[in-house]
Amino acid sequence: MLPAVDYSDVQGLVRFGFANMTEAVYLLLNVRDPQAARAWLAQAPVTTATETNPVPSTALQVAFTRQGLEALGVSDRVIAGFSAEFLSGMAGDANRSRRLGDTGANAPSAWEWGGSGRIPHMVAMLFAERGRLDGWLRSIRGAWFLEGFNEMGWLTTSDLGGREHFGFIDGISQPLIDWNRTRTVSANGNQLAYGNVACLGEFLLGYPNEYNRYTDRPLLDSSDRGAENLPNAEDQPGKRDLGKNGTYVVIRQLRQDVRAFWQYADEATRTAHETGHGVAEAMVGRRLEDGASLAPLSGASIAGVGTTGSEAKRRQDVRLNQFNYATDPDGTDCPLGAHVRRGNPRTPDLPGNPSGILSELMHMLGFGETSLHEDLAASVRFHRVLRRGREYGPGLSPGEAIQPAPPGDPERGLHFIALNANIERQFEFVQNAWMARTKFDGLTEESDPLLGNREPVRGCPFTNTFSIPRKGKVRKRLMEMPQFVTVRGGAYFFLPGIRALRYLAEAGGA
Amino acid sequence: MMPQANVLVIAPLRPEREAELRGLLASMNFVPGQVNPANALVPFGQFSQIHVARFVILDDQTTGDLQKAYGIPAPKYPLSLAFLADFDGPADAFRADLAKRAGKGLERIFSCCDGFAPGADLAGWMKEREISSATNYVNWVGRTVTQIREEDALRLTIESHLQAKSAAFAEKNPREIHATLREFLQTEIRAGRLALTPQPATPFGWWLRNAAHFIAVPLLLLVLSPLLLLYLPFFAYQLRSREKSDPEIAPRVEACYEEQLATLEDYDVTNQFTAMGSLKPGAFRRWTLIFLLWLLNWTTRHIYTRGQLARVGTIHFARWVFVNDRRRLLFASNYDGALETYMDDFINKVGWGLNLVFSNGVGYPTSRWLVLDGSKDEQKFKYFLRRHELPTNVWYKAYPGLTAFDLKRNTLIREGIEKTHLSESELRQWVALF
Repeated sequence: MLPAVDYSDVQGLVRFGFANMTEAVYLLLNVRDPQAARAWLAQAPVTTATETNPVPSTALQVAFTRQGLEALGVSDRVIAGFSAEFLSGMAGDANRSRRLGDTGANAPSAWEWGGSGRIPHMVAMLFAERGRLDGWLRSIRGAWFLEGFNEMGWLTTSDLGGREHFGFIDGISQPLIDWNRTRTVSANGNQLAYGNVACLGEFLLGYPNEYNRYTDRPLLDSSDRGAENLPNAEDQPGKRDLGKNGTYVVIRQLRQDVRAFWQYADEATRTAHETGHGVAEAMVGRRLEDGASLAPLSGASIAGVGTTGSEAKRRQDVRLNQFNYATDPDGTDCPLGAHVRRGNPRTPDLPGNPSGILSELMHMLGFGETSLHEDLAASVRFHRVLRRGREYGPGLSPGEAIQPAPPGDPERGLHFIALNANIERQFEFVQNAWMARTKFDGLTEESDPLLGNREPVRGCPFTNTFSIPRKGKVRKRLMEMPQFVTVRGGAYFFLPGIRALRYLAEAGGA
Repeated sequence: MMPQANVLVIAPLRPEREAELRGLLASMNFVPGQVNPANALVPFGQFSQIHVARFVILDDQTTGDLQKAYGIPAPKYPLSLAFLADFDGPADAFRADLAKRAGKGLERIFSCCDGFAPGADLAGWMKEREISSATNYVNWVGRTVTQIREEDALRLTIESHLQAKSAAFAEKNPREIHATLREFLQTEIRAGRLALTPQPATPFGWWLRNAAHFIAVPLLLLVLSPLLLLYLPFFAYQLRSREKSDPEIAPRVEACYEEQLATLEDYDVTNQFTAMGSLKPGAFRRWTLIFLLWLLNWTTRHIYTRGQLARVGTIHFARWVFVNDRRRLLFASNYDGALETYMDDFINKVGWGLNLVFSNGVGYPTSRWLVLDGSKDEQKFKYFLRRHELPTNVWYKAYPGLTAFDLKRNTLIREGIEKTHLSESELRQWVALF
């Protein structure tokens, strides 16, 4: 029996989306006076993952960049134990930007925040039920807070009732975290069926991940100053675990050109002889109205789908998520390049559903493929992220969006927030290999229809097409698709566990 | 069919000319590590037979691992330059062509190496310093650069035709689509706007050697099988006792080394990878690896010849080469996607295969029974690989923008268009290629 998770040591955002708190603001902070900042952090009312009845009506979460840890006075030796991506930062070097598609209009040099010289030390995320955010802000921004921090900016949010700005229901598919630690994975075995349950270690440091290994994080000696209050490292006796119950938070401010999206989709629907919202739905991979997948539901149940919450919630989850793309290898139901298919191709470790050891062995050796695309994007279980993003700016219906923009049309978009224990293998992999790459799943000349930057790729005549395969017919291909989403800011943060937060608040002290 | 061949020339540097050589190599690139195909020294773009090529200074930082892990004094290997190329046709013709058309530039480069005097017989000098691979992998045996370029043009022509005539094609069934496109392409070919050169005849000597190799390896295994079976229990004991005690050396690489490597990556849809490391000491590991690479080479020569190495379909060319009296292994590959994707593909799809070979290297993450664990220690494995990777100074690929999958799809398009009779299901699959 593995030790249970101490929810009181985990920040609540990992377990809850705080859906009842429809108001939120993210404060980008710089440490002004380390002593005051530490004093504030030491007593900050950070919301934990403990279940309460009634649920809280306000919440506070805090996370730090590398620069923030340095500003608080955390020692270099301790900081060096964090992951290389975190230390380098989202915009830390041009090589990373190239991989993430942060080039051209997405280049960090043009970002509002997160680019060179504009990296916040910390983010304080405030959530509140309707009408309560102002009061919550006032109570948080007390004397120590204002003395300790400079506010670089506020990322405000808006509540669009569960839809994102293009009009689609957002956050339908999330991995189900194995909080009870009952999932067992063997390092050498293949998972033959796609499942939605993820090992705790994929989303919290200090626990085994999908490889049944502990992801690297800073470990301290018990004798190190301040370490005595940190949890023990489960895998290394005698070590204290600064990462335990913490995780990394990826924040990206994504501006959405809603008018360009619907105007393009509207025009393309006509020229491609589609009906209704056909083209937009093909680009997304789900129905506009109810979020149903374009790929047919599977008859068999999927581990971790429809297994939690109320009966109605379970039924809804089955209706929206009990499917994979194995029955649609050519993308004639849901285009191969549709946004949700790119975001999660729903593949197991081995294609072809092998039965028996011999069949499994043959597949492992690369034989028995039945379709060309079958094994191009395998093992999604190593590349899941937990999404906690929120919209910003006023909403716009598809009908309004096809009208020309009035003067002073405000900016709107998504504060994309992803939680993961290994930024490189989870967020960066998805962003690079599945979203930005024009060669995803055997496609060519197209990047993600929503997120792609359409920047040229050497040797490729186009990067701005979108293919809609059709059964037994020539595919439809949309051309000259513009860029709909532009990155306006972003950073990698460490979201510490509660005890780790107290350590960080004290570590730099005299 | 014209099979591909390859060369690997390794020559020690003259220490006093290292800086000059690095400058020369850098001057060939248009961005770090990516060669300008029309550069003045070796204008790779003019050689219609070269698929991929690279110059890399073999500056292995890990030779001290033997000392760290086994207390064996680190051998001093001279800093060397390696030149690798994969091309169509035989090596002799390639070397002669290279000397003829890039002789001046190569002389400048190789004169920074020991034992090269300007005016010497360049082809001969290279041949003398060549080392053959223990295992060599070619994504698609016999697919020439010419064929790749013609098939790419074929696809682009079809795609733009489909786009221009989308209304006319919209309701056609696969048989009509195939017939209409065939007719259109025949017109294009007759008008000289498109070429689909027929496959050249397979050189008889190559065919004979290949057939002999195909038979000889299994035959030899059959003959040796009683001995191998007898030895198996001892082998298992020797292996396990070593696996239990072999130390790991797989720290995360320094940020500056990581950056040095990453600066050379992700300009094309394909990347290069060069790595080097020492074998674990002793005859056991050396002979195990010799045997395994010998077997692996049989599979890459005869089984994995059409688009896939086991489950991995993203490698264009790869080779494993013993150097320094089989005390070190050089690995070089050309793969699609970013390094992270490549390593994940490796771990998740062929982790067992990686362990088979690389677990015989010093410091590799602990493996069991030669195929288990090892690479499945994901982070350590990635650190290990990155740590043994070498910055590739100059890299050339003849078809930027095309992945191995693109090449496969284009070949399937071509095979389909050249057939008059396809079954209904073949026609459906063919139409889905666009």
